Amino acid sequence: MSTTPNGNATPNGSATPNGSATPNGNGHRDSTGGKMSDRSAGNGTAPTAGAKQAGATQAGAAQAGAAVPSRLPGRRPGGPPWMGAGMPAEKSMNFGPSARRLIGRLSPYRLELLVVITLAIVSVGLSVIGPKILGRATDVIFSGIIGKQLPAGVPLDQIIAQARASGNGGFANLLSGMKVVPGAGIDFTRLSHILALAMLVYVGSSLLSWWQGYILTGVVQRAVMKLRSDVEDKLNRLPLPYFDRQPRGEVLSRVTNDIDNIAQSLQQTLSQLLTSLLMVVGVLVLMFVISWELALIALVIVPVSIITTQRIAKRSQKQFVAQWAHTGALNGQIEEAFTGHEVVKVFGRQREVEDAFVAKNDELFKASFGAQFVSGTIMPAMMFLGNLSYVAVAVVGGLRVASGAMTLGDVQAFIQYSRQFTQPLTQLASMANLLQSGVASAERVFALLDAEEQSPDPQRPVTVSDPHGRVEFEHVSFRYEPDKPLIDDLSLVAEPGHTVAIVGPTGAGKTTLVNLIMRFYELDSGRITLDGVDITTMRRDTLRDEIGMVLQDTWLFGGTIRENIAYGDPGASEERILEAARATFVDRFVRSLPDGYDTVIDEEGSNVSAGERQLITIARAFLSNPSLLILDEATSSVDTRTEVLLQRAMAALRSDRTSFVIAHRLSTIRDADLILVMEHGQIVEQGTHDELLAAEGAYHRLYHAQFTAAAVDVDEEAAPSPMAGAGAGARAAMIARQRG
Amino acid sequence: MLLSLLRTHLRPYTRPMLLVVLLQLIGTIASLYLPSLNADIIDKGIAKGDTGYILTTGGWMLTVTLLQVVCSIAAVYFGARTAMSFGRDVRRAVFHRVGEFSSREVAKFGAPSLITRNTNDVQQVQMLVVMTFTLLVAAPIMMVGGVIMALRQDVGLSWLMLVSVPALMIAVGLIVRKMVPGFRQMQTRIDSVNRVLREQISGIRVVRAFVREPYETKRFDVANADLTNAALRVGRLMALIFPTVMLILNASSVAVLWFGASRIDAGQMQIGALTAFLTYLMQILMSVMMATFMLVMLPRAAVCAERIQEVLGTQSSVAPPAAPVTECQTRAELELHDVTFQYPGAAAPVLRNISFRAGPGTTTAIIGSTGAGKTTLISLVPRLFDVTGGSVSVDGVDVRELEPDLLWERIGLVPQRPYLFTGTIASNLRYGRPDATDEELWEALEIAQARDFVEEMPEGLEAPIAQGGTNVSGGQRQRLAIARALVRRPEIYLFDDSFSALDLGTDARLRAALRPVTADAVVVIVAQRVSTIMNADQIIVLDDGAVVGIGRHEELLDTCPTYAEIVESQLTVGAAA
Repeated sequence: MSTTPNGNATPNGSATPNGSATPNGNGHRDSTGGKMSDRSAGNGTAPTAGAKQAGATQAGAAQAGAAVPSRLPGRRPGGPPWMGAGMPAEKSMNFGPSARRLIGRLSPYRLELLVVITLAIVSVGLSVIGPKILGRATDVIFSGIIGKQLPAGVPLDQIIAQARASGNGGFANLLSGMKVVPGAGIDFTRLSHILALAMLVYVGSSLLSWWQGYILTGVVQRAVMKLRSDVEDKLNRLPLPYFDRQPRGEVLSRVTNDIDNIAQSLQQTLSQLLTSLLMVVGVLVLMFVISWELALIALVIVPVSIITTQRIAKRSQKQFVAQWAHTGALNGQIEEAFTGHEVVKVFGRQREVEDAFVAKNDELFKASFGAQFVSGTIMPAMMFLGNLSYVAVAVVGGLRVASGAMTLGDVQAFIQYSRQFTQPLTQLASMANLLQSGVASAERVFALLDAEEQSPDPQRPVTVSDPHGRVEFEHVSFRYEPDKPLIDDLSLVAEPGHTVAIVGPTGAGKTTLVNLIMRFYELDSGRITLDGVDITTMRRDTLRDEIGMVLQDTWLFGGTIRENIAYGDPGASEERILEAARATFVDRFVRSLPDGYDTVIDEEGSNVSAGERQLITIARAFLSNPSLLILDEATSSVDTRTEVLLQRAMAALRSDRTSFVIAHRLSTIRDADLILVMEHGQIVEQGTHDELLAAEGAYHRLYHAQFTAAAVDVDEEAAPSPMAGAGAGARAAMIARQRG
Repeated sequence: MLLSLLRTHLRPYTRPMLLVVLLQLIGTIASLYLPSLNADIIDKGIAKGDTGYILTTGGWMLTVTLLQVVCSIAAVYFGARTAMSFGRDVRRAVFHRVGEFSSREVAKFGAPSLITRNTNDVQQVQMLVVMTFTLLVAAPIMMVGGVIMALRQDVGLSWLMLVSVPALMIAVGLIVRKMVPGFRQMQTRIDSVNRVLREQISGIRVVRAFVREPYETKRFDVANADLTNAALRVGRLMALIFPTVMLILNASSVAVLWFGASRIDAGQMQIGALTAFLTYLMQILMSVMMATFMLVMLPRAAVCAERIQEVLGTQSSVAPPAAPVTECQTRAELELHDVTFQYPGAAAPVLRNISFRAGPGTTTAIIGSTGAGKTTLISLVPRLFDVTGGSVSVDGVDVRELEPDLLWERIGLVPQRPYLFTGTIASNLRYGRPDATDEELWEALEIAQARDFVEEMPEGLEAPIAQGGTNVSGGQRQRLAIARALVRRPEIYLFDDSFSALDLGTDARLRAALRPVTADAVVVIVAQRVSTIMNADQIIVLDDGAVVGIGRHEELLDTCPTYAEIVESQLTVGAAA
């Protein structure tokens, strides 16, 4: 199977249905795709692109309609039309090695697989013998009919001689090939034996086939389960830079879509591959046993049908690629028109948008019609070829029976065999695509499994017995990219219980600094110590247990508010959770929610506001009761009235703990014990607020730039450094109004 | 739902559809005729040793085969064409209908859901139509034809069909019925596995910071085991189908031979008829099975059809005027009179009794906390929603009576979440006025404080913009959206929180640059920041859908406690820490 029928025919590797290289995918698409509220109709979990959707639909249709019926030995030659051409042929880079590795993952189930193969051989063998046995039954019946016409008691040889003598040579030949007892009718005892045997064979075949499928399902599902959990384990061991380097959607697609795809391919192909191959062999053997001449005739059909299928598949593949491309483009257009609905309307572009849609829609129609038609001809074509061989066998077989070279039952059996023969062949061809796509997915998953892991925790980790929270950076250097130094030879000390504020423009390395304390990244040189212990000699989890972190990104998981707070300390009692909630003002808004602490936070978090989410993350950190606290821009894009609450909550959190605070707003960190001003990965100034103001350096400049602005909200995206806005006078005026 | 959708949108294709049925009929009869000819070969050719007859009949069989393939391919052609036309038409109908929708309907369905309905759902139904034309149509023909032909061969054996056909239907039906909920369960479990993984990946820093990897792994393992169990159940049921079907087919063959033999022995039947009967029975059973499987698709397609019909059956709440006013008396005037807006079925109105007037050259600011109804208020002007009480007038005419194109021409809207379209910066800026010159674009960019970053882009105005404008930063997107509205030169500018992503300096400069351009226009600004709106001619303070204060900054500080509170909160954030 390594040289698949579609081997290198279609260079469409770029139009991957599974989302890594989405035709017009981008971050936005991923986010909307993932959030689609009603996915009930779609197969895909994250429809990264239209192409994927189309592919999924095709595949879905194929599963729904064809997976099983197409396996049936064909009284109707040829599988349903969409198999083979409907599946996206996604090419893998290294088919052989990846496929071997995928199969290798089944090796723990060697014993079961051995049983499966044995069962399959026996079951297929039995089902292949079936028609032959039925053929014998036909012979018995036929002999009975002929025998009845002959005079009883006369030896057969004599009758044949008579027939020949009377010029009925044909009849004589026929008789000479049969076991006829002249005068006797159908031998019902013999017939009943034969049919009982046939029944036994069929029942046995079905039972074994079911047993085989049952075991195989177990093997495949367990193997996929193992693969999934391996991937999940791996995610925990991958260093953070891995996740920084590639879009989240990409990683997600690998661990979800790709694994689903592998499961489907394995489930569908493995069993079919096995039975189809055995079937081909078995049927071929029996065909030759019955009549090698007829077998050769039937064999002629094989290359013809393979070539036909391939040619049609190749053409339809092209059409399908076009169909996917157009589907993707149209979906993009629809997405734009619907998402930008109000802009389209108010800017009076409805007509143009609709015209463009109609044009694209027509193109899609043409492409999909082409694809559907071309692929739809496979079945009639195969049926035609099957019928041709049927006719050939019927005629040639008929002639041979007439000449006594063959029995009628054999011809009947042979007809059945020749039809069973083309069936698995078409199957194999169509499975090639499914297999390709599965292996391509496996390849991507393997790439993730092979990715370099973070350095293992030390063999004999050091623990800090009585943590105070003293943090020291000693000549620390770090860079994300080799040629771009980010933090260079940085040293600092944070004394226990102190608040260290880090300020500076975007890109100065503030967040990186705190990430280094968490050991999310490994240093290039220098070291960081916690209470005198080098953090690289500690276990990561011991280190992180000491640290509480509140991030700009208010990530909550899909669960209740209570569960989300308890995330900080799974063993926390209800009282402690409530205490944390009260201390961080979570309690206040939770009370107003109908479900209180049992309110489930959905994935989009639409039922709690951004500020409320932030409060929950603060409560979470509060509960974890760390000795060291990191607050990274914990108040961002929040309603100004909520912000007051946030600030108070964080003040509560900070008391008596060593804290690192990253802030844009200098007002929030005025009372810090140490303020570090960072620029370009270096600390350009440090000291207390008053010292730094007195020094009239970078901090002084930043401070005055900000405090001349009346309001407070500064967006980091747009402004690397805060600038003066409305005059200081206005602010003074406002305050005057307030107080006066 | 499914039926009415099919009825409406397949009606134009009645003729090709009839053709498909006819072609399938001929093709099926042809393929049914083959076993009959084969029976003749056996009975009249082989049994009599007549080789000439065998060859002639063989020739006939060949002709019939050819006829069959031609008919099948033609049927596929017309079937595919009709099905795809159907898909195209439905897509178009849905798209058109959504185009008529007001923001209320779009919000009701949600844009992602509408997209799915317009794409995926249509595709599902289309697939059903394709299958119907290529396979489902043939199945009953094959079945009826098979029964007739089988009866022609031998009536005495026909009772076998009465046994095996229902047996097959029941067996397959039972298994499939158990499988369908299994599949559904599997899908939900796949979703939950994916959800856990998605959360792990998107929350990776939090997971690691709180050392919750073991907990996450446990959570995942549970979901994974659940999924595996569901998949095993479905897989094992699936493994049952094939052997069951085979058993029934094979048992039927055995029965045909056994009961046929006694009929032949009694001289009631010929041996060729027996072989033919066998083939027909198999054909009937195959078509029954095909049809049964096909029916599995039905529930899913029905759900999709329902979702499509839901869209098609929804009328826009903003209807175009019956007798539109095409001319206005005044210029640049906006007036809201006692405006109330309430979502149907909602307990409380979003906006209550709002009245204000804005003349040319004035700036009106709207401030209030989240959920106060600011965006809704602004959306009433371009009729993204229609008021449920009171009226909105532009240039002295009620917007509901104004010709929509005329209304929109007057409005430059900068939405809260600025949306840019795939294309270039220039194509986006020209969105509202395709004939704008490059100079005009640069001018607008200059005012919107976007000139610098556009100039820095190597392609300048021709710099590509990705769908939704995701390849520029939020602040840049906002400024481009502002420039886009400026290029239109409207009479009424609606800025919905459009300055929030700008830093204070840029905000101030932008507003200063805006002043001369909007000298004759109405400017309405929704804002969060007090500094942005402090200098407005009138500030409208909204709280919970009602106006709690109208006036200038200084007046409101004294007279409106809510306003004072907002101002205070913006000043004291720092002091609290």
